[in-house]
Amino acid sequence: MSDDKKRGLDSPLRRKLLMGIAAIPAISMFGGPSFAAGPATSAVNTTGLAVTDTEVTVGILHSATGTMAISETGSIEAEKLAIAQINEAGGVLGRKIKIIQEDGASDWPTFAEKAKKLLVNDKVAAIMGCWTSASRKAVLPVMEQYNGMLYYPTFYEGLEQSKNVIYTGQEATQQILAGLNWIAKEKGAKSFFFVGSDYIWPRTSNKIARKHVENVLKGKVVGEEYYPLGNTQFNSVINKIKLTKPDVIFTDVVGGSNVAFYKQLKAAGIDLSKQALLTISVTEDEIDGIGGENIAGAYACMKYFQSLKNENNEKFVAAFHKMWGEKTVIGDVTQAAYLGPWLWKLTVEKAGSFDVDKIAAASPGIEFKGAPEGYVRIHENHHLWSKTRVGKAKLDGQFELIYETADLVEPDPFPKGYQ
Amino acid sequence: MFGDYSIGDLGSIFVMQGFAGLILFSVYVLMALGLAIIFGQMGVINMAHGEFMILGAYVTWMTSNFFQAFLPSLFSGYFFVAMILAFFASGALGMLVEWALIRHLYKRPLDTLLATWGLSLILQQAYRSIFGAREVGVELPQWMLGSQKVTDSIEVPINGIFVMCLTLLITIAVAYVMYKSRWGRQVRAVVQNRIMAGAVGINTERVDCYTFGLGCGIAGIAGSAFTMIGSTGPTSGQLYIVDTFLVVVFGGAASLVGTIASAFSISQTQSTLEFFMSGSMAKVLTLLAVVGILMLRPQGLFALKVRK
Repeated sequence: MSDDKKRGLDSPLRRKLLMGIAAIPAISMFGGPSFAAGPATSAVNTTGLAVTDTEVTVGILHSATGTMAISETGSIEAEKLAIAQINEAGGVLGRKIKIIQEDGASDWPTFAEKAKKLLVNDKVAAIMGCWTSASRKAVLPVMEQYNGMLYYPTFYEGLEQSKNVIYTGQEATQQILAGLNWIAKEKGAKSFFFVGSDYIWPRTSNKIARKHVENVLKGKVVGEEYYPLGNTQFNSVINKIKLTKPDVIFTDVVGGSNVAFYKQLKAAGIDLSKQALLTISVTEDEIDGIGGENIAGAYACMKYFQSLKNENNEKFVAAFHKMWGEKTVIGDVTQAAYLGPWLWKLTVEKAGSFDVDKIAAASPGIEFKGAPEGYVRIHENHHLWSKTRVGKAKLDGQFELIYETADLVEPDPFPKGYQ
Repeated sequence: MFGDYSIGDLGSIFVMQGFAGLILFSVYVLMALGLAIIFGQMGVINMAHGEFMILGAYVTWMTSNFFQAFLPSLFSGYFFVAMILAFFASGALGMLVEWALIRHLYKRPLDTLLATWGLSLILQQAYRSIFGAREVGVELPQWMLGSQKVTDSIEVPINGIFVMCLTLLITIAVAYVMYKSRWGRQVRAVVQNRIMAGAVGINTERVDCYTFGLGCGIAGIAGSAFTMIGSTGPTSGQLYIVDTFLVVVFGGAASLVGTIASAFSISQTQSTLEFFMSGSMAKVLTLLAVVGILMLRPQGLFALKVRK
């Protein structure tokens, strides 16, 4: 055992982990689970991945620099937490997970290049990464060419499905429809005003929302407006909202624009306790920048809120705070990023192999009961069955859970009648 | 498109929309003034302008936290303190940068573009390391939130009025300093003929240093004011830089009047178009108009004649 201990302390992995998880008692140091109990490497790795008798290498590929670092930091933190916890619990097939982290630097070609590096040079068994749809679209051909496995955490527009990707966030119909149904029923909403940033996700989401409002809810869309990414002046659209007096403002504004939009909405005298607003783009992370006082009263529609009351989530939030600081907030995507390493571990164990083909085939049906959002399951189409929830923003920057679907919502990346 | 609305409704919306245009105008002037001074008077293309603004925003955030923790009774007035601190923080950093970097590049104006762009990346990463990658929320005193009701249907945002007053004040102050004070005369003398200015006893190096500091300081104030309407994060400065250059270049370098005229025309075009079409299209048309006019008048709206 003393040999084990020595090797553990000196290995590069050990040093790397120490940087992040000093706060978490590493059981291995006290002679906890042994990492050499798994099946023979030749049996679990037939395609030349970076798997040894004691270690398996996994890549993390997010933007740690550039514009997107604001959003992607939480995902990196969640993935490192999940991996640390998995290692603490004995690793995957008796092997400790070693992380190689690459920086996509908010630049899509860089993402593709780094993905290739991770797959070709480092031969990682899986990649946890990407955030924007643009980065995923850049990485996808690389994943398919070199047969890698990507766990993608962000809620996104759908219209995609790949053998080489597991989508741990919600696709658009999953996220939007239940929220619209709820607000139509609860608030008797008939007229909607859409405001979004001008790129693929808001445009596709609003297209789906418009079809649903017009065809299913028999309501009316009284305005649909897009502003360039990074726009900081929203007074004109706020005036249009005042003129059209919609029952619901439906928003998918992202990034720094989000902050400007809500601050100016508040400054223009629109009181969110009287004017219903449903957003699909504001998580606890964004409220940090917006300020609780500017958005209190708004409704957000997604699958996870930090305030969810269940045993898994309480443990998750406590562990997250212990590792990354008490003040760190946890948004929807951060939670979805946390699912990635766990789902991969469960799939590897079911498949009894690290081979990507076997993992892709074994993924459908994988259940994760320990998810902070509650039970989830991987669908045939590599998306997750998950519940959709509506939360109301509070002054302290947290959401109060108002509504959740009774059952898991089926992921439907190619929705009929919505295209 | 207006058939469904009453005359009264439309009237109030047009008033508010006019006001929105004026707010946009003030925002443009505020962010462009500092750059206009640096670009116009010194010929330095300061790509790090946005980062100097964000320094002001972070100073405001820290001041707000400080007041909340130690002087909660004075919180309602902290913003004024914050703006003054922001001016000095950004100004001091500006002077340091001028001394360490810019003054070596005065004979290579295009290289200043590259150097200050590098500086902007360095500053962004510095903010990220110091303040964290996430955005911070700057809490405002109660009186600065919400809107002022003028009539039953016309409301104007208080922070808009605040930005307008601030812009007016700073514009007057800058105009006074540049055109009435002794120091302003020196600056203009250096711009017109550096060698002669030096020959008559003006310390041109010190003038350069202070001019750069003043420009950056004003950027700091702008950044501080923009915490009311926008986000504060390591890369938020990038949100403003394109519009800022647009205003300065369109107005004609070296001309404060030009900057103001250009801010006015761009903001009014933008906000009028925004009302009739989507924000993205409005932006496209505004940019097209600017490009068109710059093709006819490459020197911008107003141009000073200077000795090359």
